[in-house]
Amino acid sequence: MFNGLQGVFASLGHRVIEGVWRIGAGARLFFYIGFYLLESFKRPRLIVREIFATGVLSLLIILVSAFFVGMVLGLQGYNTLQKYGSSEAIGVLVALSLVRELGPVVTALLFAGRAGTAITAEIGLMKATEQLSAMEMMAVSPVARVIAPRFWAGVISMPILAALFSMVGVLGGYFVAVPIIGVDSGAFWSQMQASVDFRDDIVNGVIKSVVFGIVCSMIALFEGYDAPPTAEGVSRATTRTVVNSSLAVLGLDFILTAFMIGA
Amino acid sequence: MSDNIVEIDNLSFGYKSRLLHKGINMVFPRGKVVAIMGGSGSGKTTLLRLIGGQLKPNVGEVRVDGEVVHKQTIDGLYRLRRKMGMLFQFGALFTDLSVYENVAFPIREHTNLPESMVRDFVMLKLNAVGLRGAHNLMPTELSGGMARRVALARAVALDPQIIMYDEPFAGLDPISMGVVCNLIRSLNDALGATSIVVTHDVHETFSFVDYVYFVSDGVVVAEGTPDELRNSEKPFVHQFVHGEADGPVPFHYPAPDYKREMLRGHDV
Repeated sequence: MFNGLQGVFASLGHRVIEGVWRIGAGARLFFYIGFYLLESFKRPRLIVREIFATGVLSLLIILVSAFFVGMVLGLQGYNTLQKYGSSEAIGVLVALSLVRELGPVVTALLFAGRAGTAITAEIGLMKATEQLSAMEMMAVSPVARVIAPRFWAGVISMPILAALFSMVGVLGGYFVAVPIIGVDSGAFWSQMQASVDFRDDIVNGVIKSVVFGIVCSMIALFEGYDAPPTAEGVSRATTRTVVNSSLAVLGLDFILTAFMIGA
Repeated sequence: MSDNIVEIDNLSFGYKSRLLHKGINMVFPRGKVVAIMGGSGSGKTTLLRLIGGQLKPNVGEVRVDGEVVHKQTIDGLYRLRRKMGMLFQFGALFTDLSVYENVAFPIREHTNLPESMVRDFVMLKLNAVGLRGAHNLMPTELSGGMARRVALARAVALDPQIIMYDEPFAGLDPISMGVVCNLIRSLNDALGATSIVVTHDVHETFSFVDYVYFVSDGVVVAEGTPDELRNSEKPFVHQFVHGEADGPVPFHYPAPDYKREMLRGHDV
């Protein structure tokens, strides 16, 4: 009985210590990325290359998902709004849902699944095959050369992807509402234009996506950099990237929304 | 200026409670090719990492060109590492870069040479390892031996003063092995560098190195020229050089009595 209880506490203690250690190591990596900020932007070619790998290559899944999400919003929105005789407000509903919430959040979740896992696996394998050690031995900092460009690429890509997501989502909603259901096109666009506020809706959405970009990129990079150099280690790190990024995005979305509505 | 470019002084290193090195002393004279030999798991590769400053000793110090490695700042460490080149066991080539780009990598990172000169340097190094014709290939298109040779070209791209080789012969066919032996010797002599070769291949190593250290159980158990060690009567050296199964190095990892273990659970 006593031994069993002792084991539980030992295991709990071990997890707490490991968790604190990982937070510290993550913070240190974040500090180093900041330290190499200037060096990263001195060589924009590296960042552009990573924007292609993380941003451009994620476009297809983001845009296709956005179109479907917009269509579903159009259908569900119309179904509810028509009961109250305000089906013309469908454009507002689709646009606000996308710009304020679904655009940044779903983009971040898809980014974590598509680009985040790729980053973690790539960095983890570079570590396992001693490529990062080789770089260190050549007096080249892996943080400056490998980690920082990927971080900035993620931070730059995310708001652009979220904006594209919202745009294509609105088109998806329009496609269902106007040509298929028969809502008036003028009402769809004009109500949307009148109700969507630049500061409260669009800027807040961009702020969210920048925060999600920082968080998702940081988690993906840290998990890869910290992964044990084995097949199992890289596999676990990739899984942790998706799980931690998704939880962080959803949790942070609530906190940011609370601040934005409160402000 | 000291005659030795690398000096290891009373070095102890270990992970948690397990000590891998227990008071090791070694010197690596300038211009020489020195081998560190020992069985698997004897901490040979760790010694290279300690020399390169990727690990810090628990006790003692490593000096490179007179400077204590583990007391350097990041900038100081990178300045020291510019004097070093390292060949990793499996090459550690950057898989997203071609052979040419891999060799050009350190040149581009540390110099501002125009592209035409970078090209000349890269082709010169690739020609030295016999792979000028493979400059367009990607690392995935190379055999193990070719990858090792490209990694060697990359390691010596900036003409380092110290070249470290981690198991350069592992998994190579006899022809590639001979080629790599000659390359290590000729590159060392041509560059006026000092080479440190970590290996357990006795026959090949003894044919081209100047001095050998044998490491076992965390200490240097023997040292000398290849000829001295070939004729050594020390049991460990004799067992290692002649590849004998029986001797001071046990074949089996410590375990309970074999017969008892096999009969456990049965009526004896």
